[in-house]
Amino acid sequence: MYQVIVIGGGVIGGALLRELTKYCLNVCLLEKSADVCMGQSRANSGIVHAGFDAKPGTLKAKFNVSGNRMMETLCKQLGVKYENNGSLVVAFDEEQKKTLEELKARGEANGVTGLHIVDGERLRVMEKNISDRAVAALVAPTGGIVCPYELTIACIGNAMDNGAALYTNFEVVRAEKTQSGYKVYSAKGECVEGEIVVNCAGAGGGEVAKAFQDESIEIKGRKGEYILLDQECGNFASHTLFFTPTEKGKGILVSPTVDRNILLGPTAQGCDKDDNTTTQQGLAEIVQKANEMCKRVPLFHAITSFCGVRTYTDKHDFIIEESKTAENLIHVVGIESPGLTSAPAIAKYVVEEIVGKKIALTPNKNFNGRRTADHFFHRLTDEEKSELIRKDPAYGNVVCRCEQITEGEIVRAVHANPPATTVDAVKRRTRAGMGRCQGGFCMPSVAEILSRELGVPLEKVNKSDEGSYLVTGVTK
Amino acid sequence: MIKKNYDLIVIGGGPAGLAAALSAYDNGVTDILILEREESAGGILKQCIHNGFGLTRFKESMTGPEYAARFIDEVQKRNIFIATGTTALSLTADKAVTAISAEEGVFTVTGKAVVLAMGCRERSKGALNIPGTRPAGIFSAGTAQKFVNIKGYLPGKEVVILGSGDIGLIMARRMTLEGAKVHAVCEIMPYSSGLKRNIVQCLDDFGIPLYLNHTITKIEGKERVTGVVISRVDENKKPVPGTEKHICCDTVLFSVGLIPENELSKKAGVEISPRTKGAVVYQSRETSVPGIFACGNVLQVHDLVDFVSEESELAGKCAAELIRNGAREKRSVNVLNGEHISYVCPQRLDLNREERVKLFFRVGNTFSDCKIVVESGGVRLIEKKKKIAVPGEMETVSLSKETLARIKGDVTVRLEV
Repeated sequence: MYQVIVIGGGVIGGALLRELTKYCLNVCLLEKSADVCMGQSRANSGIVHAGFDAKPGTLKAKFNVSGNRMMETLCKQLGVKYENNGSLVVAFDEEQKKTLEELKARGEANGVTGLHIVDGERLRVMEKNISDRAVAALVAPTGGIVCPYELTIACIGNAMDNGAALYTNFEVVRAEKTQSGYKVYSAKGECVEGEIVVNCAGAGGGEVAKAFQDESIEIKGRKGEYILLDQECGNFASHTLFFTPTEKGKGILVSPTVDRNILLGPTAQGCDKDDNTTTQQGLAEIVQKANEMCKRVPLFHAITSFCGVRTYTDKHDFIIEESKTAENLIHVVGIESPGLTSAPAIAKYVVEEIVGKKIALTPNKNFNGRRTADHFFHRLTDEEKSELIRKDPAYGNVVCRCEQITEGEIVRAVHANPPATTVDAVKRRTRAGMGRCQGGFCMPSVAEILSRELGVPLEKVNKSDEGSYLVTGVTK
Repeated sequence: MIKKNYDLIVIGGGPAGLAAALSAYDNGVTDILILEREESAGGILKQCIHNGFGLTRFKESMTGPEYAARFIDEVQKRNIFIATGTTALSLTADKAVTAISAEEGVFTVTGKAVVLAMGCRERSKGALNIPGTRPAGIFSAGTAQKFVNIKGYLPGKEVVILGSGDIGLIMARRMTLEGAKVHAVCEIMPYSSGLKRNIVQCLDDFGIPLYLNHTITKIEGKERVTGVVISRVDENKKPVPGTEKHICCDTVLFSVGLIPENELSKKAGVEISPRTKGAVVYQSRETSVPGIFACGNVLQVHDLVDFVSEESELAGKCAAELIRNGAREKRSVNVLNGEHISYVCPQRLDLNREERVKLFFRVGNTFSDCKIVVESGGVRLIEKKKKIAVPGEMETVSLSKETLARIKGDVTVRLEV
């Protein structure tokens, strides 16, 4: 019997789960995939938005600005890479310059600090590769970048370190009201029981609501395609570069990532909620837009392209409230951009203002909000690395040569919270396979390590969800 | 136990590194350390169990492991130390190499000279921006080769291969022999970048269709690949609407080019050629950083290992000379790519060196009845008729001592068609 069941292992579910473990509560997370962070938290821009975009008075505006202020501390505690690189909204004509003024005023109304507008000349000093056609930019010094899956995994891992339980491959299909709460059933027939249920299921938010006979949530999807460039051109841009927003949204951006890649995207195309296929048109649009924003875009350094689905509801604001029909079911859905930035603030609000009104929150004295960084090995000095290798020689064996990831790190990821049980899960935690060869060299070795550590034959090791097998069998 | 200083450090224990070390040893430098990231030396040859290696050099057909064994045996006879399981992490212009291994931890060694012999990597599917999903079942041809030949697993049963590079062709045959069905090999260019003999022996002999001017325009499948769409491309490599053809498959192999792995070289400030993606070198294979040499596929992607060995012996010999005699002053001219030439290696000549120089180069397209011309200062130094010249086969031309003496300024290699 759990006091709180969180459904959905994305950044919202993750941040919420961690927030819950600050109190003496028995909590769990239900995730339908083989690993956490498999929905929109996996594939987005990784931007910590300053907060000038959202209309004042919306939940987006409220949680964006407060989430932005919490992000750096949270990342520090969790050992997650965060960089306050600043954002620039670039104007290409006089009309757009006016929009910058509006954005600045809106941002100030939302409580965003430090906003100012620079002219083209100054802009070119700040970003050497910006297009010659750019005439001005709104500078948001509080804008930042974070790795969205690193943050999500760290939140969930830290929550588990503090006692939360994780159920993967648990797709919620049915719920039964009990005297004290709900029995929640998976597609495979497993059951967990809890008093309060929080629906953070992202794209699946509507289906989860329906499992509780709540028909009020309708989630829609919008596709966002991206192209990722090699770390070799990581200095191509230092700020996050936005086009001046239009009715259709923030448009395609050019941004460094915390791992010093350059990210181009996203497109915005209406789609099915689970359609994460890249398209010829989408990729061509990214190339065109990137070339409008910047000159000399080193597209020949592309190492991968991918697609994420951003979900939204027709309300176009976050839905954070108790279900009107199912008591003790709390919806936290429709979390479109700036959802990543808002996550820490949403989590705090939901726990303190909604969950806390239903059950007593006694602070957990044993809560430890710190977590060893997944990438701790790379932060050690050579002497510290050697010391660790003496204790555990696996840290001396480099498996992924592009990102220089060792066997020790991979083995650790398999056994840490939340455990990495697939090749992609290892990749998201350690970066093995994230580099320029995209796993060409290391993937067979990673699969072998998984096979050994999990005690399953190689044929049973998956890239990701069930059915994503890597080999069909042994050779003749 | 690894020392702090060596006369020569060779990074990479594949065919290039082994040949360079042997040659340096036989030219009087015996204090050598070879760094090899894998558990045993031999490099990519370990997984190349097909034959055809050594035809040029040894006049016999060997498998990759057999070819490697010849060099490993010689290295062992000379007691040259190979630090296996050791990955070089960084290199400085002062020739200090920082490396990591289970035995030694993180350590730094310095050489009087360094030979870069890290080989190359395969261009990944990600570099191509092919639309569709990212399911399991997408492998570079070399990854599939490792699964089959080293690990003993079959990556899939219904296969489509994009790119007709040599590894792709070899894997088409290998997968077929293992019971898989290879439905198609697609090549975006109007010609294959692989060797003619591989097209005959790996595709034609097994009835595997090669679709020239074709590419994959969509990959399908959620968890595992379920199919691809292939399309014909026009002269600008753009897919032609209406030519789409769907093929059901569970596996897609990519053999779309090899890229020299020069991350370490760049850290040391070695000048890299945008054409070869390898170091810019003199005929001695010395790079722009004095005392750092490069050879084999880290310098230019070779067709045959026989040429890798030859080039690496030259690099090893010249590195030994430098270690024994110290640096000599150079009199430098550039070697330029003329018409229809995609690259020439070496890119520089030191005219103070007198020995015969072999220029390696590739042509930019398929040509017949053409003429290779080498000129300098308006003077034709060499003319060589070619019946057929294709990008997939490396061309060479030799400059004798007498020819070198006639060079007045930069040298251009071009193709008259």
